[in-house]
Amino acid sequence: MSRRTTGLAIEAQGLTRSFGNTRALAGIDLQVPAGTVYGLLGPNGAGKTTAVRVLATLLRPDGGSARVFGHDVVTEADKVRSRVSLTGQYASVDEDLTGTENLVLLARLLGLRKPAARERAAALLAAFGLTEASDRQVKKYSGGMRRRIDIAASILNTPDLLFLDEPTTGLDPRSRNQVWEIVRAVVSHGTTVLLTTQYLDEADQLAGRIAVVDHGRVIAEGTPGELKSSIGSGTVHLRLRDPAQRPEAERVLREALDVPVQLAADPVALTARVGEAGTDLDASAQAARVLSDLARAGIVVDNFSLGQPSLDEVFLALTDHPAVPTDERDDELEAAR
Amino acid sequence: MSDTTTTAERAPSVYVPSAEALATVLAPGARPPRPSALGASLTFGWRAMLKIKHVPEQLFDVTAFPIIMVLMFTYLFGGALAGSPREYLQFFLPGIMVTSVVMITMYTGVGLNTDIEKGIFDRFRTLPVWRPAALVGMIFGDVLRYILAALVILGLGLVLGFRPEGGVLGAAVGIGLLVIFSFAFSWVWTFFGLILRSEKSVMGVSMMVLFPLTFLSNVFVEPSTMPGWLQAFVKVNPVTQLVAAIRGAMSGESDPSATMWLLLWSAGFVLVFGTLTMYKYNRR
Repeated sequence: MSRRTTGLAIEAQGLTRSFGNTRALAGIDLQVPAGTVYGLLGPNGAGKTTAVRVLATLLRPDGGSARVFGHDVVTEADKVRSRVSLTGQYASVDEDLTGTENLVLLARLLGLRKPAARERAAALLAAFGLTEASDRQVKKYSGGMRRRIDIAASILNTPDLLFLDEPTTGLDPRSRNQVWEIVRAVVSHGTTVLLTTQYLDEADQLAGRIAVVDHGRVIAEGTPGELKSSIGSGTVHLRLRDPAQRPEAERVLREALDVPVQLAADPVALTARVGEAGTDLDASAQAARVLSDLARAGIVVDNFSLGQPSLDEVFLALTDHPAVPTDERDDELEAAR
Repeated sequence: MSDTTTTAERAPSVYVPSAEALATVLAPGARPPRPSALGASLTFGWRAMLKIKHVPEQLFDVTAFPIIMVLMFTYLFGGALAGSPREYLQFFLPGIMVTSVVMITMYTGVGLNTDIEKGIFDRFRTLPVWRPAALVGMIFGDVLRYILAALVILGLGLVLGFRPEGGVLGAAVGIGLLVIFSFAFSWVWTFFGLILRSEKSVMGVSMMVLFPLTFLSNVFVEPSTMPGWLQAFVKVNPVTQLVAAIRGAMSGESDPSATMWLLLWSAGFVLVFGTLTMYKYNRR
């Protein structure tokens, strides 16, 4: 067990990779401790998928180096492959085959003999609630079942490191929760998980540490708590009854919070960050003070909410630009040929 | 397949991940030894078989297409070129067998391109197995399709009056040579399947190569009536050597020179395009 849960699972220095004129990785540094869930957080096109593909030995970096459990991903790719498993964002099992056939096929490729492969496939299908669907072609699975068979295929040999590339994108909330539970179970058994996501919430739920990626670089790194406190732990959204009171409300907010207040296009809406690093009150106490100050000033509030910063707000805070989505893999496929 | 569409929407009973159930499958077991190169290739070949089982329509191109080719050309050219379709068939059948099978080798490239596009090859490429296994296995599956196509054509030929002097053994040797060449030639398409952008462009390039290669040969007529420059091309065309070798085997008078050339060409295709394919496969 110790080799699986101690030391660094991934160590990357200055990874670069371009596709034509697109710079997908502009010098990524990563240190992923073994036995944890590590989140790569960023919008589409930030370079997350490319980073995962380099670390999973699918793509050679143009520059820099990366080691997985001490093995170089380029020169010792085969050793890396025997320790890792990848659940990509796109089809990672054969849609024409049934659930059982897919798992037996992969188990055989991992070296199990036929009876053992069948047994392993049946056990995994049962644990993932897919026994009923085991003889159905995967293309007839629902989105949630599809993700489960993808993950089941990835843990056939209980890898030491599992890459999950946007495992919950496009899933309904229930299926997303199922995937989260599975990820928690996987990591509790000693497998290190590198997870990419566009959702701050997801990284927060699962990851011990997070690297925020933008334009092929890591722009912030730390525990979810550290990241959030560095950019303020929440945002208050206000809607007033009377647009004429907005200038007054803005002044009250600025005085109460000592932060810039954003005036939305909607003439009755205001937004401000609370829980900034260095303030003595936490976000909810600050929000309460804002509300009472507004009431004292005679400003009527129709709608008030306090929420976690969204990925977009994290990006605004860290980069001064919002998360602009582009389709990374399309660029990659275009340019790779 | 109409009954299957209704099951697509059928919601399974709600799945609740259970820690105990997951624990039983997550306990790290002993790593089995990695499969041999042949074992891994055959497992990938098994995948191709399963795909035929689930999508039997894909056998059209190895059954209907060859039948149409045989019937069309036998009756189109037979009377004019050899006096009667039956006479022509004695000369023509090995040739059309080669044309049909060599034409369907291009689906190897198309299939590979589709697999890459869909993403499944990412999974295969992260497996710790012998690197060419996924591709070799794919071609193994295709070899079965080639054998099927060759048998369909031979069967139809026998019905229409083709009588190979070489008997069962001659016919078997002929088909064997065809399979060796087609296996080797498939590596040309795996290479194009890897470097080209889409299924359509793979098809386009394949057609551009395959039409001249199969028509500018001794498949349809003896090359002696062709202009000199064309004869020069026909003579070096591997398809010509292949057809000559198969005609020899099937007629009971083997053609050692053509057979040798055909085997050299086959080795060359595997060596050059197999290497190029693996280079591309590892570098993507």
